[in-house]
Amino acid sequence: MLAYMIRRLVILLLSLFLAAIVLFVLLRLLPGDPANALVGVGATPEQIAAAQAQLGSDQPLAAQFVKYLRDIVQLDLGNSFVSRASVLDEISRRLSVTLPLTLASFVLALLIAVPFGILAAVKSDRWYGLLLSVVSQVGIAVPVFWLGILLVYEFSLNLRWLPSGGFPLRGYADPARAVQSMILPVLTISIVMSASLMRYVRAATLEVLGSDFLRTARALGESHTGALMRHGIRNGAVPVISVLGIELSTAFLGAVVVEQVFSLPGMGSMLLLGIQQRDYPSIQGVLIVSTLLVLMTGFLADLLQRVLDPRLRQGGKQ
Amino acid sequence: MSTASTAFPRRSKRINITFWLGLVLVGGISLAGILSLFWTPYALSDMAGGRLEAPNASHWAGTDRLGRDMFTQLMIGARIALIVGCGAVGIGAAIGVTTGLLAAFATRFLDDALAAFMDILIAFPTLLVAMLVVAAREESSLGTAILALGIGVSPIIARITRILTKQVLGQDYIIAARVSGTSWGAIVFWHILPNIVPFLAVNLALQFGLAVMAEASLSYLGLGAPPPNASWGHMLHEAQGTVYTAPWGAILPGLALFALVIGINLLADGLRDRFDPSRRDM
Amino acid sequence: MADLLTVSGLSLKTADKLLVEDLSFSIGQGERFGLIGESGSGKSLTSFAILGLLPASIRPTGSITLGGEQIVGASERRLSSLRGDAVACVFQEPLTALDPLMPLGRQIAGPVRRRLKREGIDSSRAAVKREVRVLMEQVRLPDPQRLFDAYPHEVSGGQRQRVAIAMALACQPRLLIADEPTTALDVTTQAEIVQLINALVADLGISLLFISHDLAVVGQVAERVMVMRNGRPVEIGTAQQVLTKPHDDYTRNLVAAARRFDAALEGGA
Repeated sequence: MLAYMIRRLVILLLSLFLAAIVLFVLLRLLPGDPANALVGVGATPEQIAAAQAQLGSDQPLAAQFVKYLRDIVQLDLGNSFVSRASVLDEISRRLSVTLPLTLASFVLALLIAVPFGILAAVKSDRWYGLLLSVVSQVGIAVPVFWLGILLVYEFSLNLRWLPSGGFPLRGYADPARAVQSMILPVLTISIVMSASLMRYVRAATLEVLGSDFLRTARALGESHTGALMRHGIRNGAVPVISVLGIELSTAFLGAVVVEQVFSLPGMGSMLLLGIQQRDYPSIQGVLIVSTLLVLMTGFLADLLQRVLDPRLRQGGKQ
Repeated sequence: MSTASTAFPRRSKRINITFWLGLVLVGGISLAGILSLFWTPYALSDMAGGRLEAPNASHWAGTDRLGRDMFTQLMIGARIALIVGCGAVGIGAAIGVTTGLLAAFATRFLDDALAAFMDILIAFPTLLVAMLVVAAREESSLGTAILALGIGVSPIIARITRILTKQVLGQDYIIAARVSGTSWGAIVFWHILPNIVPFLAVNLALQFGLAVMAEASLSYLGLGAPPPNASWGHMLHEAQGTVYTAPWGAILPGLALFALVIGINLLADGLRDRFDPSRRDM
Repeated sequence: MADLLTVSGLSLKTADKLLVEDLSFSIGQGERFGLIGESGSGKSLTSFAILGLLPASIRPTGSITLGGEQIVGASERRLSSLRGDAVACVFQEPLTALDPLMPLGRQIAGPVRRRLKREGIDSSRAAVKREVRVLMEQVRLPDPQRLFDAYPHEVSGGQRQRVAIAMALACQPRLLIADEPTTALDVTTQAEIVQLINALVADLGISLLFISHDLAVVGQVAERVMVMRNGRPVEIGTAQQVLTKPHDDYTRNLVAAARRFDAALEGGA
């Protein structure tokens, strides 16, 4: 297990390194010199040269890359061109919206998907079991931003139950309004996500239901429910956990889009704003932190799966 | 017996229904997209109607806030969606299938390295990278989005190609062909491709749906191509502000996108059942 | 004394197919009965019918009585109390028949705990563990200390099948069904497992329903045998008579084929 963890950690670091290279290249591919964006239109050549010196973009690429890596390792993401504020501070402020949104959606999606996915499999011969699998099949094709708009139309504009968007200026210091403005975004993401999770849960449950070891348990006197509890949950969980990492990342990316629907001040809107304003440090910061979060999630999901499945543990030692 | 045991896979008529339903949805949207090349009810920029008209006899899907015909836009959106899907999947398959085959045939070390590289790329937040690539151009164009999404889906296609190829390579008939001196090129062409294409096709169909959805997200975020290459995502972007007065403007483009994606998924499911009934429930 | 298991006029059908037709046989207390047939002959389905574990799509008609209880049409509740108590089963493929994520000791402990509870004896953790150890010794599992915490993929096929037998014995059933228990094993291990089943059944006075396509193996175990083909009974009689002087053409072919095979093996050796 330890050997595997080390190996997996090396892979994680390699992925991060690779991601850093990709982002570095992509950002250098952006048209124009960031220095131009820093000083604005109509600047004198001297001003541009000064800005280039300040940003280091007059240095050779290799030197720029080393500085870039060193900054990332030191968690120094620079300052925004537009607001001059620290990008890291801005990101942590924005994460306080995006992370709760992502996690709440993820948990709600699990709470919907696990019981209904199991039900869809166990009762696959009944009309409601069939209906559940059809619903999940349909649900994965729903565009998340479209669902958001429809929910706003119905619950904010027609029924006037909830705010159509925005986030209280005082943030969580105004808990009632903060929660209110999160309800629709969370629902939006979790509905779409639970549909795809439900398919995995259903498939895993069907696999367990058809398994020989469940039959063995029942042939030796265990009740159907008892056998499912004793053998089914763990065996069913392993394949589901392998997709949870990806699903959590999907929820995070969904949040980026859904923030736009509900005008939430999260990571997604920061990235979009950064792109519109050519605010390179902000763009770079958001992408680095997002990639870090996504890769870490995958890492944790892999470890969890190892803990549950002894066959994988053994494979890791070899 | 009341408790169902599913030890025996059942094949039902439902398979055919999903397949045909998928074909009808995808076929209908494709026809509308192709037709838009030759005929649309109005010209795209023709402000032929009043502002935000509800669907009526002369504007089947209503009009937008400038009085332009929505049905025309929907038809053109269908064309854009097809171009995006085919383009992205085409690029993705060109890169992915080549890399996948290469990895499967490569030495152990190169194979491991490529496989690890694919896994890393798959973990990448494709949409974010696509946002950046699209933003990298001063003027967002359809071509950039297609390229970005094509590159985005290629590692998944590569991984699947690699796995499928390795499965086929382990079969006795390949070993027999090798022993009898068949060249590698002939093995790939006559034995491997015919065996992996059905399963690959299913996966490419799913990637098609993902690419169309991702492009719509980009356009919805305002990063898509401007008219005349505007997609359904762009229409949603435009319609959101007037959703209270003109809900159909937001409902119809989303519905079209939803119908195309679900149609593709159903087709893929139907195909998979044809090729491999044992994996019906995955 | 009445027979332990009586199957009479049993038919199994799906919506459009007849899988087993008009099957009748009985097994007495302590008797060892063999069911022979090629794959697809319906022998495994018959064992599922006796366990009351048929898939929902297969409908049984006729009668199966086990220790005086009717199984065809019985409620799931009734059936689940019969399973383990009256009948237990060992299946063909021990790798998939065991839970891949549970240590072997805990898997054996499951049926042990159920039986102790049923009999109202001390079912504390320690008592269960003690009983598991006894069972592991009974099926001659080496190094029980290590195997107790091992997972199925970590032990050999023969050891897995011994664990499966231990689990079945843990129930102390009156009838043990062994459904092709040796087919997935290599020849040497096969012989050991057959010996083990024989010895245990004799020691504990359990009735045995031994299902196999392999005439030689059935011949080592069963006192009486029935041959099935395409879901229908072909011939029934003592093992001695059926395997040496078969009446039916099909059985005769089977026996002749098995003999030729043996002869070829010996000739080649």
